[in-house]
Amino acid sequence: MHYESPVREPLITGDKSYHDITVDVAKPIETNAPRSWWIAFSVSLIAFLWGIGCILYTIGEGIGVWGLNRTVNWAWDITNFVWWVGIGHAGTLISAVLLLFRQKWRMSINRSAEAMTIFAVVQAALFPGIHMGRIWLAYFVFPIPNQFGSLWVNFNSPLLWDVFAISTYFSVSLVFWYVGLIPDFAMLRDRAIKPIQKHIYGILSFGWGGKAKHWQRFEEVSLVLAGLATPLVLSVHTIVSMDFATSVIPGWHTTIFPPYFVAGAIFSGFAMVQTLLLIMRKMFKMEAYITIQHIEMMNIIIMVTGSIVGIAYITELFMAWYSGVEYEQYAFLNRATGPYWWAYWSMMICNVFSPQLMWFKKLRTSIMFTFIISIVVNIGMWFERFVIIVTSLHRDYLPSSWTMFSPSFVDIGIFIGTIGFFFVLFLLYARSFPVIAQAELKTILKSSGENYKKLQDQNHGEH
Amino acid sequence: MANTKSIISALFDDDDVLLKSIKSIREKGHKIREVYTPFPVHGLDHELGLERTRMAITAFIYGVLGLGVAMTLTYYTMIYDWPQNIGGKPSMTWWKNMPAFVPVLFEMTVFFAAHLMVWTYFVRNDMYPGRKAMNPDPRTTDDMFMMEIECSGDEELLRNLLKEVGAVEINLVSKADEAEALAEA
Repeated sequence: MHYESPVREPLITGDKSYHDITVDVAKPIETNAPRSWWIAFSVSLIAFLWGIGCILYTIGEGIGVWGLNRTVNWAWDITNFVWWVGIGHAGTLISAVLLLFRQKWRMSINRSAEAMTIFAVVQAALFPGIHMGRIWLAYFVFPIPNQFGSLWVNFNSPLLWDVFAISTYFSVSLVFWYVGLIPDFAMLRDRAIKPIQKHIYGILSFGWGGKAKHWQRFEEVSLVLAGLATPLVLSVHTIVSMDFATSVIPGWHTTIFPPYFVAGAIFSGFAMVQTLLLIMRKMFKMEAYITIQHIEMMNIIIMVTGSIVGIAYITELFMAWYSGVEYEQYAFLNRATGPYWWAYWSMMICNVFSPQLMWFKKLRTSIMFTFIISIVVNIGMWFERFVIIVTSLHRDYLPSSWTMFSPSFVDIGIFIGTIGFFFVLFLLYARSFPVIAQAELKTILKSSGENYKKLQDQNHGEH
Repeated sequence: MANTKSIISALFDDDDVLLKSIKSIREKGHKIREVYTPFPVHGLDHELGLERTRMAITAFIYGVLGLGVAMTLTYYTMIYDWPQNIGGKPSMTWWKNMPAFVPVLFEMTVFFAAHLMVWTYFVRNDMYPGRKAMNPDPRTTDDMFMMEIECSGDEELLRNLLKEVGAVEINLVSKADEAEALAEA
């Protein structure tokens, strides 16, 4: 009944019972935070506050305080937007696509990966808001009746598609995450001793009681949400890429962008999942649930998607040459050998070369190496967006207006602020939410738990 | 009538034992009112004879609704109310302009299907923020499995049967005569 091939490595190590899972998941919430948590939280909070200051300064003074100029009129703001949206993709991929493929190793990481998705999309959504310049007119992006403005929104525009894609993606991810959280909140409610905790988790758990019919509905709703979220996640970065691909700027005007962006998004998202999970695993001692096998699986995905991204880079170069369009050819020559060569080759080394090291089993099962590569990949993916955006703009059709971009302290401050905000949210989440989908994980304990697997092997030997 | 029967709750500490016990309890003519489990136990709905849930069907209907709303919205704003020439895309008929609307049509379909299905799920489960916990025993969200049984016939016999199939704790929830008052309350 709970049989799983002995060849498969256990997904839960140690001698765990159902109750042990409950205790381990509730522990970070019920105990005081370790010192490392406070240090990480303080640093993130300072970065966040600095970012808020820079955002307020931008809103007060206008986007003239950024490093933009007449030629490079889109730079860090949109780079950061695309970077954050991309990072979000891994969470949905883990919880939705891996659910459809019945990948059981997703279960101990999907909760945190989805939390990461939501927090990353929050950061992403900040940028279109502030880069409009007049944030108090942000409601112009919604299809609201004529008397509010002079016209309807333009449904032919990828920028509007983006509004629909990001808001659908954010809200559906949030709901998907919450539906899964309810039974775990109920577990915390039933364990809570302090009345305030009991009250809060009581509100959050919506009265969940684990009735048979409710579980039946729960499973179908999860499955349908996974089915809806799968094309949704692919559509989001496709549409983000169309912001560029439907323009006529050399370097942007390419049909390869949608799949190339989606692969890149998954690539960077998994890298960020690794960064966060490795910290969380250490901080809250989750080694029994987030095993080396989980880390290895994610590294393999990083390797595969990194290779797809590499192929996309090379295809881009080939198509630029093969198109015979000199503007297109120059755009790519300029990227690799022009004044921004260092950004281009940082991108190439971080995104194409570094994940290839994952072919070595020793490296992809090393925690320290994984952590370093996960940060390298995210640096590389940031450079990818910077290269696409800035190098395509800085040398336009009129050589007299060629220029360079240098970020102002406000550009840098807002970017660092979003990183701070992201970690503030994640660290608060890690102390107050069940970081592992414990109800789901209990379903695989008997088939994939180390102790039960040993028992299975023994029984099997007797026959 | 249900209110003439006593209700007994049995706690199990293993999902496989629980699943196996259901058949023998139902064979004896007892009605299992409810089972509370800490996680989805596979095959439980089948053993209890629950009907298939229709959540997926509602999602489909809501999706179609969302598509309809998106079609109406794009038609009204882009074709009927204020048609414009944008990038040379044809604005004479909705159909010709439709390819540019595909992303929005898709997103609205997903938006409606996902959100309305989850609302339906909450309504059907009678779940809302701050609702009183539905499980009578807090251990059922940890590692215990609880079954509520309407006893038909001798209560002692049922207790023995439950012990036999592996229940670790058996409690009387309400006696036959009390049950009537409880049902009215």
